[in-house]
Amino acid sequence: MFEDIGNLMHGFAVVLQPQNLLLMVVGIVLGVIVGVLPGLGGANGVAILLPLTFSMSPTSAIIMLSCIYWGALFGGAITSILFNIPGEPWSVATTFDGYPMAQQGRAGEALTAAFTSSFVGALFAVIMITLVAPLVASFALRFGPAEIFSVYFLAFCSFVGLSKEPPFKTIAAMMLGFALGAVGLDQMTGQLRLTFGFESLLSGFDFLIAVIGLFGIGEILLTMEEGLSFRGKAAKINLKVVIQTWKELPKYWMLSLRSCLIGCWMGISPAGATPASFMSYGIAKRISKRGHNFGKGEIEGVVAPETAAHAAGTAALLPMLALGVPGSPTAAVLLGGLLIWGLQPGPLLFVEQTEFVWGLIASMYMGNIVGLIVVLTCVPLFAAILRIPFSVIAPIILVLCAIGAYTVHNNTFDVVMMLVFGVVGYFMKKANYPLAPMVLAIVLGDKAEESFRQSLLGSQGSLGVFFSNALVSTVMTLGLIALFWPIIQEGISRVRVAMGAARPAQ
Amino acid sequence: MSETVHETGGTGPSHRGVEAGVAVVIGLAGLIAVIGSLRVGIGWADDGPMAGFFPFYIGLIIILSSAINLYTLFAATNDQGLFATWGQLGKVLSVVIPTGIYVGTLPYIGIYVASALLIGTFMMWLGKYRWTTAIPVALLVPVLIFIFFERWFLVPLPKGPLERLLGLYA
Repeated sequence: MFEDIGNLMHGFAVVLQPQNLLLMVVGIVLGVIVGVLPGLGGANGVAILLPLTFSMSPTSAIIMLSCIYWGALFGGAITSILFNIPGEPWSVATTFDGYPMAQQGRAGEALTAAFTSSFVGALFAVIMITLVAPLVASFALRFGPAEIFSVYFLAFCSFVGLSKEPPFKTIAAMMLGFALGAVGLDQMTGQLRLTFGFESLLSGFDFLIAVIGLFGIGEILLTMEEGLSFRGKAAKINLKVVIQTWKELPKYWMLSLRSCLIGCWMGISPAGATPASFMSYGIAKRISKRGHNFGKGEIEGVVAPETAAHAAGTAALLPMLALGVPGSPTAAVLLGGLLIWGLQPGPLLFVEQTEFVWGLIASMYMGNIVGLIVVLTCVPLFAAILRIPFSVIAPIILVLCAIGAYTVHNNTFDVVMMLVFGVVGYFMKKANYPLAPMVLAIVLGDKAEESFRQSLLGSQGSLGVFFSNALVSTVMTLGLIALFWPIIQEGISRVRVAMGAARPAQ
Repeated sequence: MSETVHETGGTGPSHRGVEAGVAVVIGLAGLIAVIGSLRVGIGWADDGPMAGFFPFYIGLIIILSSAINLYTLFAATNDQGLFATWGQLGKVLSVVIPTGIYVGTLPYIGIYVASALLIGTFMMWLGKYRWTTAIPVALLVPVLIFIFFERWFLVPLPKGPLERLLGLYA
């Protein structure tokens, strides 16, 4: 424990180097821009900018990239409140009360509340990561292949149980991801598979290309179809409003705490920030005394989803760091970055790359403080970006996506693949297939398969290995519960209905 | 694909038709995975499961879940309306086609010239901007990209004849 505090202090020393502080500010600003613009989300914003970091040291690189992520989380709130357009899916719930507040001329108040809540949520999650991640990692060091596979199994099953899309669509999308991830060289036997003789498929499908295509190009196509035009409220934010709002916010400490807990929980399980924000908003509406006023410009309706979304977005990094299983697509992209810099994500990271891990954790603290200052002072600037018409922004985003896709492997064929993924993403999104589990499956496919095959190798092909000890059986059982959660839930409600129907007869 | 008229005006492909198409395509991808796995072997070798072992079952699950998705799609009685109107699809195509040309030509003319052309065309054609606005933006963006990527962050991007002419070919 004390050793960890020492390491964290050392991390702060690394982060506070002028060069890293500068990268932090650059990252936050880029991140907010990414969060504000449609078609550039956290995941693909980080993916596009990942190549910029190839020439940096891993610690500086992760500082900048994670700051892009914080910036994107902050940025989503700006568009939701001022323009009623959620820049990110997790800020949809913020529009419910944020935009009405802006319409009533309380934009400054709403923005301050949103940014501050984001900050609180993130801080809560970072503290949790600081305390819990080293423990989880040291525990996970003892994992064998079967335990590792069970963790993957739990992560993917949670998607099926928790996502709002139909379970078989989630499964289809996820398995498609696994299949795409399997193309190319088989890491265990060194054999080529599923390439059908196409040379360009030898190295398989890179998930970064998939992320840029699915989330970037796909999103632009959707925006284009909806014929988006931005008509926003003016953003006025000054010190007086900020201080006034800050005086009011401590009243809602209970709401914040609850939202933080929801966020952390949803962030660690791979459900992610979007359902966390909705859940937190829904519960706040039910519990609050002013719940009937939700949707008409209630500040609590901004605090709840923003706190939860940011807490979830931050907490998603915990399983990525400690177990090597990312909790969100953006965390997956960061994980991809680690692999490119030659770092192996997972429990060993805490032992072998102490400086890197604690630098990252320290940068989470600093990044959110810097982020809060940047967004509070620069809102009008970011809002101005949104006033640039889409017909100007769209081709520029397309160009940036293409650059991002090209620079992953310096390969122009990847740019073509990006467009293909974009069209695929458009159709899948419209047909209600979730894209996050697909991306995660492309990233983790190799590792999940490796642990699966190694476990079977040890057990001579018997699936019993996944239930061979208490730990692995527990995780697998949790996974199965998550997988069949929709059926279990239906069963419970049927029993309830049956009991309710039976009672009057008594 | 059946055509449906929507109350809010405009016709287009039905949601059900497109969704069925998506399910079939995903199912086919599963079939390809199964065939590809069979080629490399799905059984056990001396050193454990063969290369096709894992993707084979993945492929089977894809086919199965796509079949279930198709079934639920047609079992549902409610009309799900339009996927999108033809007008909306036209807008989508008006992005896909220029981008297709863009990704097809950039290996030959370089990313900077291609980007300038894409931005310029997009602004004048879809944004109805006059060339006096479109051309400066179209030229400025690639220059900024050059400074940011190649000069500051040392990331080389594809170049073409123009860059060679200007002596920027590294």
